[in-house]
Amino acid sequence: MPQFEALDYYEIEDLLTEEERLVRDTVRSFVTEKVLPIIAHHNREGTFPVELVPEMAELGLLGANLKGYGCPGLNHVAYGLIMRELERGDSGLRSFISVQGSLVMFPIHRFGSEEQKAAWLPRLAKGEAIGCFGLTEPDFGSDPSGMTTRAVRKGNRWVLNGTKMWITNGSIADVALIWARERDQVRGFLVEKGAKGLSAREVPNKFSLRASVTSEMVLQDCEIPYENLLPGTRGLKSALDCLDQARYGIAWGVIGSAMAVFDEALRYAKSRVQFDRPIAGFQLVQRKLVWMVQEITKGQMLCWRLGKLKESGRATSAQVSLAKRNNVAMALEIARLARDILGASGITDEYQTGRHLCNLESVITYEGTHDIHTLIVGQDITGIPAFK
Amino acid sequence: MELVVCIKQVPDTETRIKIAADGKSIDITGINWVVSPYDENALEEALRIRETKGEGGVAVMTLGPERAASALRSCLALGADRAVHLQDPALEGSDSLGTARALAAAIRRSRFDLVLVGQQGVGTDNSQVGPMLAELLDIPHVNVVTKLEIANGKIRAHRQIEGAVEVVECPLPAVVTAQKGLNEPRYASLKGIMAAKKKPLERLGLQDLGLDAADVGAAGARNRWTRLELPPARQAGKILDGEPEESTAELVRLLRDEAKVI
Repeated sequence: MPQFEALDYYEIEDLLTEEERLVRDTVRSFVTEKVLPIIAHHNREGTFPVELVPEMAELGLLGANLKGYGCPGLNHVAYGLIMRELERGDSGLRSFISVQGSLVMFPIHRFGSEEQKAAWLPRLAKGEAIGCFGLTEPDFGSDPSGMTTRAVRKGNRWVLNGTKMWITNGSIADVALIWARERDQVRGFLVEKGAKGLSAREVPNKFSLRASVTSEMVLQDCEIPYENLLPGTRGLKSALDCLDQARYGIAWGVIGSAMAVFDEALRYAKSRVQFDRPIAGFQLVQRKLVWMVQEITKGQMLCWRLGKLKESGRATSAQVSLAKRNNVAMALEIARLARDILGASGITDEYQTGRHLCNLESVITYEGTHDIHTLIVGQDITGIPAFK
Repeated sequence: MELVVCIKQVPDTETRIKIAADGKSIDITGINWVVSPYDENALEEALRIRETKGEGGVAVMTLGPERAASALRSCLALGADRAVHLQDPALEGSDSLGTARALAAAIRRSRFDLVLVGQQGVGTDNSQVGPMLAELLDIPHVNVVTKLEIANGKIRAHRQIEGAVEVVECPLPAVVTAQKGLNEPRYASLKGIMAAKKKPLERLGLQDLGLDAADVGAAGARNRWTRLELPPARQAGKILDGEPEESTAELVRLLRDEAKVI
C-alpha cells in the first residue's frame, strides 16, 4: 500500500502543540504498520482484531483523556487526533476505542464510586477488561427516554430485566454499563460477564463495521450486587453526558476516514488513464476532488475549535451534535464520491474506500442519527424542541 | 550503566526533496522532520539495555537548530531520561568532524559507558560521526552493528559482512553504530509523551562545551557543499516486441551499444 499522505490544506496542524503532534504521529504509525496490513482480512471475515487490544492498551489509547487510574490524561485535541488516526484505519476499531474510553471508562470515572474506579479503570486501561454500553433497546433508539429495561431492588441486590440492542463490544465485554429505569429515574449499573440472567448474542450478517462486534444483550431476572449501581448517575442526562464524549470522538474520527479515501481517490485519479490522460485531468473529477478537500478542511477546523472549547469547558452538547452531524455526513459523501472515482475497482476490498463507505453508513446512524442531531441543534437555536 | 545516544533530526524519508534557491542546500519549507531512522535503532537499543540492567540512564544528544528540540522530545517520549541540545550560532554549518567535536565535548561532561549512534544520518549519509566520536574520545568503536551483547565490562557486537557474520569484542567504554535489524524501535506511549514534558532538556552552547569557534561550525568545516542537484528523471522503460529470439538479440544489442553495461 502506498504511503498515506495526510491532507492538511490550510496547515491546520500548525495549530497543534508538539505533544499533540507526537500523539498523532504515534497513532498514525501504529495504524500504518499494525492495522492496515490486517484490517481488510478482518473485515472480510467479520472478526474484531482482538490481537490489537494489548498493543493499543500499551500505547495508552484506552481512556486516553482520563486522568489517574493508569490513564495518560491527554487533552481533548490529542484525544480527537487519536480517534482521527484510528478511524483512518477503520471505523470499527475506532468504535471499540470510543466505547471503551468514552462510554465505559468515562462514566465510571465520572459517576462511579471510589471502589468502582479502583476496581475497573486500571483493568480497562490495560485492556485486561473490555467494556460495553447498553442504552439502546430494540424499540427505543432515538427515543431512549422510553426505555423499558427496569432495575428493582431486592435486598442487597438489583434485579434487571430488559433487552439492549446494537451494543458494540456486547458479546466480548467483561463489564456492561447497563442503563435501566429504577423507580422513576434512569440509572447506570455495572453488569459483569457471567452475571446470572445475562446473555449476549452477536448480530450476524452486517455489511458495515464488520471488524467490530455488535450484539444484542438480554437481561432476564439478571441479579447484580447492590454496589454495582453507579452512584453518580441521575437520569437520562448522565447517559447523554457519555454520548457527548463519544460523539466528540466521532466528529474527529470520521475525518480520518475521509482523509483515507480522499488520499486513495486522488492517487487513483492521477494514475488512471482514460482518453489518453489521467482522469484527474478531467473537470468533473477535479470538481469531486476539490469538494472533498473543501469539506475535509472545514471539518478539521471545526474539530480543532471544538476541542479548544471543550478544553476550556465551554463546548455545548449542541455544538458537539453539529460537529458529529456535519462531519459524518461529509465523510460519507466523500466516501461515495471516492468510490465513484475508483470506478469498478472501488467495489473490491483491494481498495479501502468501500470498507470506509460501508462503515460510515453505521456511523451516520449510531450515537444519534443525522436527523436527531439536526433536531438537537434546531432546538438549541429556536428554543423549540421538535421531537417532544 | 550510563548510555549516551546521539541523534540527528532529518527530513522524513518520504519527503520529496527540492533544492533551495542557493543551489547548495535543500528547500526546507513544508518538510516534516523526524529522528533519523538508524538513530531510532540506537535509542531503542539503549532503552533495552537500561531495561535489562534495571539501572543506569539514557541521555540523548543532538546538534541542530531550534527545531531539533522536537526530535529530542520525541526521544524523551520514547523513554530517554534526559536530553542535551547543542545549539549555538557558531555550531551552524558543522561538517561531520565539527559535529563529532561538539558531541564529544558534550559526552565528556558526564560519566558514560556506551555511546550509541545510527550508522549513518539519513540524507547526508556520510557514516562519519560515529567513528570520529570514538577517535576524539579515544575509545574503541564497532560499526554497523546488528546484534549487541554486553557482559563483564565488554561488548560483543555482531556485524553483517559479505557472506558472513563478524563478531567483534571490545572493552567499555565504546561507541557502537546501529544498523537496521539491530532491533525494532517501539512506539512512544501516550504516557511517555506526557512524561516527556517533565524530563530535563539541557541546552549547551560553545562556551559550555569549551570549544573554539574556529574548530566547529561553518568556520571549522573541512568540507563544504558547493552544489546540489537532483538525480535525472528516470527515462520511460522500453518494451521490446517480437519473438523471443529476435527481442533477445535486440536486448543484448541495446545493453551493449546503448546502455553500455555489458
